[in-house]
Amino acid sequence: MKHIVIIGNGIAGITAARHIRKRSDNRISVISSENKYFFSRTALMYVYMGHMKFEHTQPYENNFWESNRIELVEDHVNSVTPSENKLVLRKGKSLDYDVLIIATGSKPNRFGWPGQNLKGVQGLYSKQDLELLEKNAPNAKVCKHAVITGGGLIGIELAEMLHSRKIPVTFLVRESGFWRNVLPKPESEMINRHIRKHGIDLRLNTELSSITGDENSCVASVITNHEERIPCDLVGLTAGVSPSIEFLKDSGIETNKGILVDSHLRTTIENIFAIGDCAELREPLPHRKAVEAVWYAGRMMGETVACTVCDQPVAYRPGHWFNSAKFFDIEYQTYGKIHAEKTAQEEQLYWESEDGNKCIRIAFEKETGVFIGMHALGVRLSHMTIDRWLTEKLMINDLLPQLEKAAFDPELFDKSLKKAKAHFQQKMIKLQF
Amino acid sequence: MMNYGTQKNMALTGEPPVQLNKTQKLGTLTGLTGLFILLLATFNVQFPERTFWLSGSLVLLSAGILIFSIAAYKDKTAGIKNDGVWFKSLTSRGYLAWCLGIFLTLFYIVLYFYPSLLGLRENGVNTGLIGFFDPLSKFLSGNPASQWFVYGVLYTLAILTFGIKFILKYRHNRYEMIRTISVMFFQTCFAFIIPELMARLNSPDFSLPYYDLKNIWPLNYYNFDQYRIDSFISSGDIGLALLIFGIISILIITPVLTYFYGKRWYCSWVCGCGGLAETIGDPFRQLSDKSMFAWKVERWVIHSVLVFVVLTTTATIYSYLSYDAQKYWLNKDVFLIGTGVTLTLLFLLIWIYKREELRKDARYGALAYLSIMIGLILIHYLSGMNVFIFDAGTLRTWYGFMIGSIFSGVIGTGFYPIFGSRVWCRFGCPMAAILGLQQRLFSRFRITTNGGQCISCGNCSVYCEMGIDVRSYAQKGENILRASCVGCGICSAVCPRGVLKLENTKKSDQRIDPDAVLTGNNPDLLDLLKKNQ
Ligand SMILES: Cc1cc2nc3c(=O)[nH]c(=O)nc-3n(C[C@H](O)[C@H](O)[C@H](O)COP(=O)(O)OP(=O)(O)OC[C@H]3O[C@@H](n4cnc5c(N)ncnc54)[C@H](O)[C@@H]3O)c2cc1C
Ligand code: SF4
Ligand code: SF4
Repeated sequence: MKHIVIIGNGIAGITAARHIRKRSDNRISVISSENKYFFSRTALMYVYMGHMKFEHTQPYENNFWESNRIELVEDHVNSVTPSENKLVLRKGKSLDYDVLIIATGSKPNRFGWPGQNLKGVQGLYSKQDLELLEKNAPNAKVCKHAVITGGGLIGIELAEMLHSRKIPVTFLVRESGFWRNVLPKPESEMINRHIRKHGIDLRLNTELSSITGDENSCVASVITNHEERIPCDLVGLTAGVSPSIEFLKDSGIETNKGILVDSHLRTTIENIFAIGDCAELREPLPHRKAVEAVWYAGRMMGETVACTVCDQPVAYRPGHWFNSAKFFDIEYQTYGKIHAEKTAQEEQLYWESEDGNKCIRIAFEKETGVFIGMHALGVRLSHMTIDRWLTEKLMINDLLPQLEKAAFDPELFDKSLKKAKAHFQQKMIKLQF
Repeated sequence: MMNYGTQKNMALTGEPPVQLNKTQKLGTLTGLTGLFILLLATFNVQFPERTFWLSGSLVLLSAGILIFSIAAYKDKTAGIKNDGVWFKSLTSRGYLAWCLGIFLTLFYIVLYFYPSLLGLRENGVNTGLIGFFDPLSKFLSGNPASQWFVYGVLYTLAILTFGIKFILKYRHNRYEMIRTISVMFFQTCFAFIIPELMARLNSPDFSLPYYDLKNIWPLNYYNFDQYRIDSFISSGDIGLALLIFGIISILIITPVLTYFYGKRWYCSWVCGCGGLAETIGDPFRQLSDKSMFAWKVERWVIHSVLVFVVLTTTATIYSYLSYDAQKYWLNKDVFLIGTGVTLTLLFLLIWIYKREELRKDARYGALAYLSIMIGLILIHYLSGMNVFIFDAGTLRTWYGFMIGSIFSGVIGTGFYPIFGSRVWCRFGCPMAAILGLQQRLFSRFRITTNGGQCISCGNCSVYCEMGIDVRSYAQKGENILRASCVGCGICSAVCPRGVLKLENTKKSDQRIDPDAVLTGNNPDLLDLLKKNQ
């Protein structure tokens, strides 16, 4: 029986633990100092908004861990000594392992802005960040105005959170539109409109230059790259995340941006693996990033590494890219490849509903007509159907007639895909495809 | 559990902006004024123009609720409206919730057991609240009001006004809107207006029992009581038709509709108890208990109630049938043997075709229950003595008291703010138990999950009024096939990633294998898993 130690009880670490237990009788320990039990980081916003209580974010009942013989260690790993197969914990103890799986996730980026360490400046990643937010911005009396910088997924979530407590928000976005590096222009504009409709002061093409404090070293205002001063009591830093790996500095495990791993998620040390946000693939799949800090990647890596650790080596080879998000009231789903700017090799079809709250975009190769990706705002799409189309390399001309099969909206809803289909088929005639 | 204490102490209990805006305050004031008039009437304040004051109070009450709802949602964009649910005292088992819970419970106790406090006078003119409603009752059915009439009016009004609130709240979701319109329609027409009008047809030699057509046995456990059967039979063709309708409702209509649509066709589109839970009860849906333990209790309690009602009804019918086979083909023996054979057959069919789908405790339970039923019938038959050891009348009285009044009324509705809105539907309703068995065993209905898109956030589980841990299925990509699911569609509505879809198309995509690999993952893993098995 091996002792498998997992650092980090996020989705990656916990999925690995669960699957190792399914496949073996090995001793399993999971270490984390954030919260004793696994919780869903993606649901933190709903706790602040009062949709859920914190305990609701924990997907398993508390006795699950004991009954599955997964030992939970509430501690922080200060350092790893691979030569001795040993971890040193913050509370002073050390722990021996036979196999180590590092799943330590990410931490929010801080780009060295002047004033970034003032009170009232914070990111949103951990449970502790949420507790801090509860202190910094419990209501509109304590926090009269908030500024968020970083126009990505966590930024907009933070805006929605603060808005739910009626705290006025200024949202600084560096690009010319929200999430413009991922979303094509019309989609990005749809979300811009939607953000503003909620009364958020959205500033495009705007960056944070510095943060100024008051005599108590609390935030007083931010200054933008347009030399504008915006008084505020909270600054939300949501300019992306990066792997949380400082504790490995002297371990000898090779790192770059994240912990470098091979196709079997193995680090430079034979019995040490890395999964989830903190792992960086040496050879990422074509069109995919080396570090993919999303929930799904963590889960899939967890499943994969469990096989390898249980002596059935499997390479990490995820299927087609997919992701989803929600921007205030508008849901977003994406499958395959949709570039923010159409490349020369591809053609894209776009449909938008009359009210401007829904849209669908399909991409295919110009030369061959092979379907390569699809995304939607305000319309639910069927993952299984589109995944199959991608695998089959379906031709756009064969796909369009059956477009409705990709619908996943609830019953009795407007048939958006039907409307989109009619629109696309006309478009195709114009494109002479 | 060990670390629970520290978790609770963490400052994760927010302080929400729950202040009411001006219009909401106006709505509250209007509604309370209406309520206050009703309260005055209850304490026997005499109103000169009762019709005027009654209409006035009901209009004020409804207007208050509507003004409040419109004010609550008009400035918000269409979308999920759960901000602050767990901060508000009323919706998170706070002080207000307990006050309301206790008030409702007391109201139900008075309603069921002390209607005279509300002014009911068996011989003579009603006084108090019930007397206050006399004009309306006389206008509709020609009879003076009873406590049930007053309750019916308030109940219908609640479903209508809070139904509109619900529609405003879910105005981005057509499934929810149409479903709610359906519930409002069935309550108003079938439960309220038609039975009142039917009562108008009655004369000394023609008397139909009060019959809410959508109320199917065993929910209306009294449907086959002697007095009702007598009056059905004595009311000629119409009566007979109603009786036959009552029987085919449960034996034919129910299984057919459940096969195609799942139990939701009844529980969240038609039923009045469900209607109340979905409208006025909506703010409390998140309070249902999601633990495995609660699920276990649910399975045992609800099926015990089912057994109880079958037993009671059998005994009741048996008690008034005659021994004489010559007089009427359906005599005591035929009925008893028929019931025994039907139950055994049903059981065998399930056992042979669906055993694999039953959990271990469900199998034991089914066996135990069948043995009890057949045992009782046998004991009775062989010894020829008193019906089922217990007297039919006693059994019937106990059922009416324990299940009909205490469970469905006092606990089921009175405790909305504490246990959530569907306690009765989940733990007590024998109709739900039957529909649930049908749904679990042979319906097309299921909730499908969208490949690998679930982020385990838990919104679906929190807002499932039936206490189903929807997330536990969704995060494995497993379809949700649960006996208790009433198909309210809220889990699907609140899911921020578009993962859940209620469906009743033919099951080609059935995915109930929790060990399979989620869409999006490495296809090799799938092969590997197959090899392992
Ligand atoms: C607010 C928010 C919303 C998000 N929403 C989405 C979404 O909608 N969809 C999506 O795909 N992704 C989303 N993400 C990203 C997603 O949550 C992450 O990709 C995912 O949680 C990463 O999982 P992980 O297991 O790799 O790491 P984590 O979840 O970060 O878990 C790592 C754990 O390890 C612990 N740890 C770190 N270092 C040590 C140490 N030295 N010793 C002991 N313990 C340590 C950490 O405290 C943490 O508990 C969101 C992220 C945030 C912050
Ligand atoms: S599972 Fe979903 S549809 Fe079924 S009762 Fe629960 S919330 Fe309603
Ligand atoms: S609400 Fe949706 S994403 Fe969240 S746990 Fe449920 S199914 Fe998964």
